[in-house]
Amino acid sequence: MASNAQSITLLVLFLPFVAAFFAPFLTRVLKHNAAWLLALVPAFNFIHFAGFLDSVSQGEKVTGGYRWVPDFNVNFSWMLDGLSLTFALLVTGIGALIVLYAGGYLKGHEQQGRFFSFILMFMGAMQGLVVSDNFLTLFIFWELTSITSFLLIGFDHSREASRRAAVQALVVTGLGGLSLLAGLLVIWNITGVSELSLLLASGDALRESPFYLAAFLLILGGAFTKSAQFPFHFWLPNAMEAPTPVSAYLHSATMVKAGVYLLMRMNPVMGETVVWETVLPLFGGTTLMVGTLLAIRQTDLKLMLAYTTVASLGLLVMLTGFGNEKAIEAAVLYLIAHSMFKGALFMVAGLIDHESGTRDVTKLGGLRKAMPVTFFAAFLAALSMGGLPPFFGFLAKEEIYAALAGGDAWTLLVLAVAIAGNALMFVIGFAVALKPFLGPEIETPKHAHEGPLLLWLGPVTLAVTALLAALFSGWFHHAFSSPMASAVAGQGVDVHISVVPHLGMPLYLSLATIALGILIYRQLDGARDAMARVLTAIGWGPDKGFDQAIRGLVRFAHGVTRITQGGRMDVYMTVTFSAVALVLLVPMILFGEGPAMPAFPVMPFYEWVVILIAVLGIAAVLIARNRLTAIVSLGIQGFAVAVIFMLLGAPDLSFTQFMVETLSVVILALVMTRLRLSAADHRGTGEKLVDMTIAILGGLGFGLLLLKITQLPFDASLTDFFNANSRVIAHGRNIVNVIIVDFRGLDTLGEIAVVMITGLAILALIRIRKPRRPAEPDQGAI
Amino acid sequence: MRTVIFRTFAPYLTSLMVLYSLFVLLRGHNEPGGGFIGGLIAASAFAIYGIACGVSAVRRSIYFHPMAVAGFGLLLAALSGLLSLFFNVPLLTGLWTQVSVFGVPVDLSTPMFFDIGVYLVVVGAITSIALALEERESD
Repeated sequence: MASNAQSITLLVLFLPFVAAFFAPFLTRVLKHNAAWLLALVPAFNFIHFAGFLDSVSQGEKVTGGYRWVPDFNVNFSWMLDGLSLTFALLVTGIGALIVLYAGGYLKGHEQQGRFFSFILMFMGAMQGLVVSDNFLTLFIFWELTSITSFLLIGFDHSREASRRAAVQALVVTGLGGLSLLAGLLVIWNITGVSELSLLLASGDALRESPFYLAAFLLILGGAFTKSAQFPFHFWLPNAMEAPTPVSAYLHSATMVKAGVYLLMRMNPVMGETVVWETVLPLFGGTTLMVGTLLAIRQTDLKLMLAYTTVASLGLLVMLTGFGNEKAIEAAVLYLIAHSMFKGALFMVAGLIDHESGTRDVTKLGGLRKAMPVTFFAAFLAALSMGGLPPFFGFLAKEEIYAALAGGDAWTLLVLAVAIAGNALMFVIGFAVALKPFLGPEIETPKHAHEGPLLLWLGPVTLAVTALLAALFSGWFHHAFSSPMASAVAGQGVDVHISVVPHLGMPLYLSLATIALGILIYRQLDGARDAMARVLTAIGWGPDKGFDQAIRGLVRFAHGVTRITQGGRMDVYMTVTFSAVALVLLVPMILFGEGPAMPAFPVMPFYEWVVILIAVLGIAAVLIARNRLTAIVSLGIQGFAVAVIFMLLGAPDLSFTQFMVETLSVVILALVMTRLRLSAADHRGTGEKLVDMTIAILGGLGFGLLLLKITQLPFDASLTDFFNANSRVIAHGRNIVNVIIVDFRGLDTLGEIAVVMITGLAILALIRIRKPRRPAEPDQGAI
Repeated sequence: MRTVIFRTFAPYLTSLMVLYSLFVLLRGHNEPGGGFIGGLIAASAFAIYGIACGVSAVRRSIYFHPMAVAGFGLLLAALSGLLSLFFNVPLLTGLWTQVSVFGVPVDLSTPMFFDIGVYLVVVGAITSIALALEERESD
């Protein structure tokens, strides 16, 4: 049974990728209705993961996996505890709803199949990320989410804004991914453990290590970029260029929470240190404030939601780093609540856009009659976002205030930030959920009416789930909140909070938040203008900074390329051969390792003749008045060398040399005619002298090196090995060939790949030459 | 270069050279030869044919684009290495089998297919370079 569950989990991890492969074909046949079939995949995974709820809620950790590269301790392994299970259920559950929603949202889009494919791939990556146990599996899935996110943001690739947003997201999260990899490797080195599930025991060793700070900063680099913390928050609002299902799924409910997931995962082993409890709340709090203030500024529904997502992620980081148990409970509750209400609100925003033709909040109003179901879902979700009972968001907010109530100045500061942030998020939530529906009807670009079932099913389900989860909080906490909080805290934690309000500090703070929220909501237009003025006054933001950095990088690369790759063949040749000569001669002279003077060789007459031919060939090259003559003379020298190989008993080498020489002559001659070089070259005497010196030094270096090598005692072990084994193991008598195709097959595979790539490159070089160019004076290209 | 004698003679020479290159390729495991040398011989054969009868004649006679031939060769070499995956031995381990063709036992092995892959890469890459250079810019 155990191994059976293991192989089913493996299947579940790969299923989305398989579905992604078939999605385009299915969509071609079934059109948008393929969504119903494809949604079965996340639904199946959801049910599979739900099967673990029982054992995980009893504090069990379900691990499994397969050995991958056992020599390096790399496994394909997974772990399901409260944290990863809750995440996995969110990813698959919301995933199923999103697939359906995308079926309606992109109905009739000609690339809908591709979209399904990308989103399923992302789902596979994301669920892999949250259940990974091994560091490297975690990293691979982490990067996969960045890549799939890139594909999805750039889905509408004909628009420049999409492409820019996609590249920006990829650069920021990709760099973060590298930082994460480095961080994980540091932790691996400190603790000697490469599995998250085993890391828990090494917390103290990690915290006391002198490299703790390095590991901490590197892990933060990964988490902060992925979860869009200030000052890396800018990519997330830009990512709203993606189609709305993507914004709802990746950029609010799941992927951007990967950073928070990582911090939560590391909290039991890296937390409880001063840096952890200072840096996280500091950046989280800043992000919360920046996010909410920027959200006020926006009029686009999606951008308003995007900035509140940034803010919410800040809140989560702040709570995770705050360092008491209640705060962790609050983070857990808020994370679950946020996935549900924000996913729902994004889908609502998309629905409004889809049905009315605009997302500008100032151009929308009075849609409640036309879109009652959407209004219902939006209203429920906003209530949860605003933290009103009896919704799950209320539980989260109560817990936040319970965690922060009373204490020193630091806690009070964090509390103030939390209240301000929550009040502003309340404002945005209702601005998105109420403004478009209430008030007088405004003419919209399209005549609005209720969307189809595929479109409203998702938001309604999420909004209602948030209500039910709060109403049955006892069961919900037992199944989700408590196990997850326990995993984050690293010890058993019981979450108790329920929807029944009880008098006390948290409730008063909630009321204050709501009052503040209503106050700002009434002044929303004024606040928006004020923020707009402030932002114009500042004028610079990280988003612009990103562009400047990229432009600077390109300019730098351009400069470096211009210096190192001038594009003049003669410079390349001079540099290469001077370097060869120096490398060969300088150490030989410095260390006095030159060869001894060889005895004068005794050779048969015909060998002397061959050598004489080679020398004559060289001489002919030197005195040739004409390039073609020089090329052919060089060929003579090459043939003579081939004959020498033959005489010395290396037929394979000799054949190859013959063929290479022949082809070289042919190709060089062809290049000459192709480039329309003048028949003779016109180098000045000075230039000739320099070239000659380099040539002589290079040749001298090689000659001395070869002499030296032949004077050293010959190590015959390789020869003996191949002599003994090529017939026995590889069934071949031609040792050279056996080495090429069998013993050193991998080298050969690499070499032929290089041959192929070189061929392609040369082909491209020949092709890019402009046709019918007038003959130019020689630039010394040969 | 395009004399009548050369043009008449070149197809025969090319066919003979290609045939010889196959012979060199196949005997390579036991006698001097192999994929690299065979490939070079075949490439020079096509180069000669191109010089004599024009590039389009060569392209017609190869039928596939030479770069596609090279790509197929690389794929073949890689696949013959990957075959070891199914026998639970390290990548590129030589696997041997014997089949009977009309009662004559013939040894088949993955190094042979690997060598054929090498041959195709060399032929393809060099031929495509040579042909591209031989092509008149107006072609």
